[in-house]
Amino acid sequence: MAGKEAKPLKRTPLHGLHLSLGAKMVEFAGYEMPVQYPDGVLKEHLHTRQKAGLFDVSHMGQAFLTTTRATLGSDEAHADVASAIESLVPGEIRKLKKGGMRYSVLLSEKGGVLDDLMITRPALDGEQGMLFIVVNAAMKDADFALMQSKLGERTKLEIADDRSLLALQGPSAAGVIDAILPGAGAQTFMTMRKYNWNGAVLFASRCGYTGEDGFEISVPDDHVEAFAKKLLAHPDVAPIGLGARDSLRLEAGLCLYGHDLNKEISPVEGAIDFVIGKRRREEGGFPGASRILKELAEGPAKLRVGIKPEGRAPAREGVEIQSADGKRIGEITSGGFGPTVGGPIAMGYVEKAYAATGTSLQLMVRGKALPASVVELPFVPHTYYRG
Amino acid sequence: MTVKYTKEHEWVRVEGGVAVIGITEHAAGALGDIVFVELPEAGKAFKQNGEMAVVESVKAASDVYAPVTGEVVEANGSIVDDPASVNADPEGAAWFVKMKLANPSELDAMMDKAAYDAFVETL
Repeated sequence: MAGKEAKPLKRTPLHGLHLSLGAKMVEFAGYEMPVQYPDGVLKEHLHTRQKAGLFDVSHMGQAFLTTTRATLGSDEAHADVASAIESLVPGEIRKLKKGGMRYSVLLSEKGGVLDDLMITRPALDGEQGMLFIVVNAAMKDADFALMQSKLGERTKLEIADDRSLLALQGPSAAGVIDAILPGAGAQTFMTMRKYNWNGAVLFASRCGYTGEDGFEISVPDDHVEAFAKKLLAHPDVAPIGLGARDSLRLEAGLCLYGHDLNKEISPVEGAIDFVIGKRRREEGGFPGASRILKELAEGPAKLRVGIKPEGRAPAREGVEIQSADGKRIGEITSGGFGPTVGGPIAMGYVEKAYAATGTSLQLMVRGKALPASVVELPFVPHTYYRG
Repeated sequence: MTVKYTKEHEWVRVEGGVAVIGITEHAAGALGDIVFVELPEAGKAFKQNGEMAVVESVKAASDVYAPVTGEVVEANGSIVDDPASVNADPEGAAWFVKMKLANPSELDAMMDKAAYDAFVETL
């Protein structure tokens, strides 16, 4: 583009490894990231569902948020840092168990989603009063600035830009991880534990973005290549690019920020109202509470739904959704081909009256109205390990 | 038998007065796993460079342009039923359409195999 100065792309510590594995690199959120390896998106996707896929997600933002008003290591200290973050998110963070984690959203004053994120309470007694936070790559600077400006001196935000993040996802993941980090295989979904590995401190969280059982592992930058190679040495583990990451999360019905969620959309509209904790529904006290509580009581004007096109043509982001009688009722926000489903799948927003499962829709693809219907999410069942 | 190529990565093989048209190995490789193909029906006429067909991979949709002006006489339904065959044999069995050439001289300006291979090297 003329007149626009190209900003040099950032690289993760695994850049050299990606190249040596034959990755095709693309720009994503200001980083040079692998979109696929020589196997290609389709095989990488299926491999993850059948065995285990390794993803470099080091571009995501990691940080520690610590209370400055209480001595670390007490339940009071946890309650204080939890109350601080609860002023920005609608989740129940105070009641989070030690070592437990929550999916949550940062909210604007108007109740729109500024980003989605993971918030973890440490397992160790001595670390109570601290939270481990993981946010999206494209939003990390804005998210951390928001936390700093809104929470001020009450908390200290330490950005962990010396740590990388790997995800190992799929049915073989637990066995592979447990052999390297003994005990990790016993962790249940949405818990985090610390491990020592070759002199480095790793945080293994049983979570992910594929719908499969698996882990996200925070690793110091200077150990991440060795750790990634250790995982890749297992015959069940293959490197997976952002292309398959996207088709996997779409089949799992999970939102991609900037596409399925944005600063105008509320968590109720986004069909992620489970992020609003029971106590928070009673007490409010989060940004945009008046809109969000009203939408919970009365229903939102529009709703994110799963959409199954009837034919074989994929309907992608931006495609107009019409009612069966041709009225414009919304737009596709994520869509493509689901390799495990074996056909096109999509998610989008429709007016509330058209959000019931089974509702017939038309998708305007290249000027033609293609028949589709509202379906339950996810497209592929989640296989999380709940013990 | 002459095979000509375009910068949009289509190939044209002329057999009698009919042009067999498809996409190149390079194009199929760059698109990745093809999961959907939409072809025009027989009888449909196109101007050179008109949007003629659509191929979609897991990631994205791409247009295929008519490399020559003419009328479609046959579309290859087998690639609609088995889109992955375009990855397997793009310059053979997985041809897209056959067209009756309206203006055979359009072929003169197109690249031959050597010129196309050299062009791909520059990408």
